Amino acid sequence: MKFLFDKDTWQEIYSSIRKNKLRTGITIIGVMWGIFLLVVLLGAARGVENNFNRLFGNFATNSVFVWAQSTSKPFKGFQEGKGLRLKMSDLDAINREIEGLEFVVPRHQGQAQAVHNFKYGNFGVFGDYPMLDKVQKKDLVYGRFINENDMKDRKKVCVIEEEIYKQLFDADVYPIGAYIKLNDINFQIVGMYKEGAIGTGGPQGAIHIPFTTFQQVYNRGDSVGWFMITGKKEYDIKQIEADVKLLLRNLHSVHPQDERAFGSFNLGEAFGKFMGFLKGMQFLTWFVGIATLIAGVFAIGNILLITVKERTKEIGIRRAIGAKPWEIKRQIILESVFLTTLAGALGIIFGGLILMLIDSTVGSGPEATLTNPTVDIPVVLIAAVALIVFGTLIGLIPAQTAVSIRPIEALREE
Amino acid sequence: MIEFKKLHKSYPIGKKDSLHVLKGLDLKINEGEFVSIMGSSGSGKSTLLNIVGLLDTHDEGEYFLNEQKIEKLDEKKAAILRNKFLGFVFQSFNLIGYKTALENVALPLYYKGVGRKERQETALKYLDKVGLKNWATHLPNELSGGQKQRVAIARALVTNPKVVLADEPTGALDSTTTDSVMELLTDINNEGMTVFVITHEEEVAEQTDRVVRLKDGVIISDEITEKGKLTGRYV
Repeated sequence: MKFLFDKDTWQEIYSSIRKNKLRTGITIIGVMWGIFLLVVLLGAARGVENNFNRLFGNFATNSVFVWAQSTSKPFKGFQEGKGLRLKMSDLDAINREIEGLEFVVPRHQGQAQAVHNFKYGNFGVFGDYPMLDKVQKKDLVYGRFINENDMKDRKKVCVIEEEIYKQLFDADVYPIGAYIKLNDINFQIVGMYKEGAIGTGGPQGAIHIPFTTFQQVYNRGDSVGWFMITGKKEYDIKQIEADVKLLLRNLHSVHPQDERAFGSFNLGEAFGKFMGFLKGMQFLTWFVGIATLIAGVFAIGNILLITVKERTKEIGIRRAIGAKPWEIKRQIILESVFLTTLAGALGIIFGGLILMLIDSTVGSGPEATLTNPTVDIPVVLIAAVALIVFGTLIGLIPAQTAVSIRPIEALREE
Repeated sequence: MIEFKKLHKSYPIGKKDSLHVLKGLDLKINEGEFVSIMGSSGSGKSTLLNIVGLLDTHDEGEYFLNEQKIEKLDEKKAAILRNKFLGFVFQSFNLIGYKTALENVALPLYYKGVGRKERQETALKYLDKVGLKNWATHLPNELSGGQKQRVAIARALVTNPKVVLADEPTGALDSTTTDSVMELLTDINNEGMTVFVITHEEEVAEQTDRVVRLKDGVIISDEITEKGKLTGRYV
């Protein structure tokens, strides 16, 4: 291994590389392009994934929404078409009977005209538990979310979306403590949040009031609009969805096979499909990147092979004056490794620069299409090591050719 | 120094035939001799040089280089022996084009494993010896034919070999430079180096001490030249 640190070894390599600037350039571009593509594609794929996570980040994705509809099958003396309503007692039953739950959040949903001074608008009103903040993290700008006290005392407080604030308030007015009228009832604003990219309150924005207040104000008794159920990571959300619906059919005297009695939307499943797509894209990225890389390495091998043919005479001279076959081989392999490594390093640097460029143009802000397009250092290192290994292996071919020509034949070459 | 006994060499032509190039040569060259092998093309002289230079192998007979019997050489051993005992001078100079004169001369020392500084010094010393010290940093294409051949001679000498093998060393040179190159080889020989020249030029052969004539793979004559007689080495 001593030769690796020998100045002369590198001088030999330097001079032979410098001698063929064009070939060196083309070779380097070949491999550089491969690793450049790998880095940029991986970074872009990561950007898409990050962007997706950013959009859904505040959202527990392993979740399902369940609401009541009406029966489609007669059962236990009831005709089909019986209207159904979820109740608070269903919440206890679900919590008791179903395995693998993280949160079950009952919600109510309605519409209300909100008025503040002379400004007004129609918005979605939600009756919510403090727990909602855990399932759909609210990015609070001012104040707080609904708390247990609000619930217990059925306080007339509300948390509004920034969009609503913009519509109802003059700029620079501090909203916390102010009152807005919802269907002629005054509610005090205790918090304001910024909506994530995935809106949950419709285009107009959402107003959250305590669940208990909602029940009272809108006269809903102990009914529940819909349940938002999140499962623990290790549990299959589709199974939870099926279990919950079966349990509900049981509790509400609905035919066990009545699929239409309770409606649901499985966010986890939809999310899973998208994640599958992302995985596929990542796989494709790897595949394309590595294939390009291999093509680049073969280009190096090919060009070195041509060079060896061109240098037959030189190799013959070197052998005539006492170069051992291994010394010739070593030099050609080192040339190959050096070229691939250099090209790889350049490819990584250019790839990184492009990722930085993407990041600075479309990589940040709420409108970002790719968020933080990055590549893991270990991935880059693995790619670099793979390059060096490929470089060595591919260098073996021209190296073997170089020493398989007898020096005498090499010297005859004109 | 160099000794052949019944040396044979044939080259295969196609699948069945073969060309019998050397047909049982017997030759002994002692240390310090200045020998030329004369012959027209096809006489087998280049083949002989290749075998002597360990660039090729013989089929039958025995070859002794420096009292060492040469047989079953692999490339590595051949390379070491070449580096240690032999210095080559070729008709077409065979300098490496992208290396300076000094680097070309130093190259055999690199393969010998000599340190960088010592290499430079030794190479410069030999360049000085062939009168090209001032041309050390020039590339071969900046040198004249005679200068190139002198660089090649310096390169052949730099490892202090036992034998200098010169294959048509003047073949690509005009008569004036031919003379100066031959003078240089004579000087080297006078310092005790065995010099083995292959040529087809009568004038070149005359300047050596002993002429071995080869025809169709057989030695037809082995004579001491006028110049050789003057040396007093062959009495």
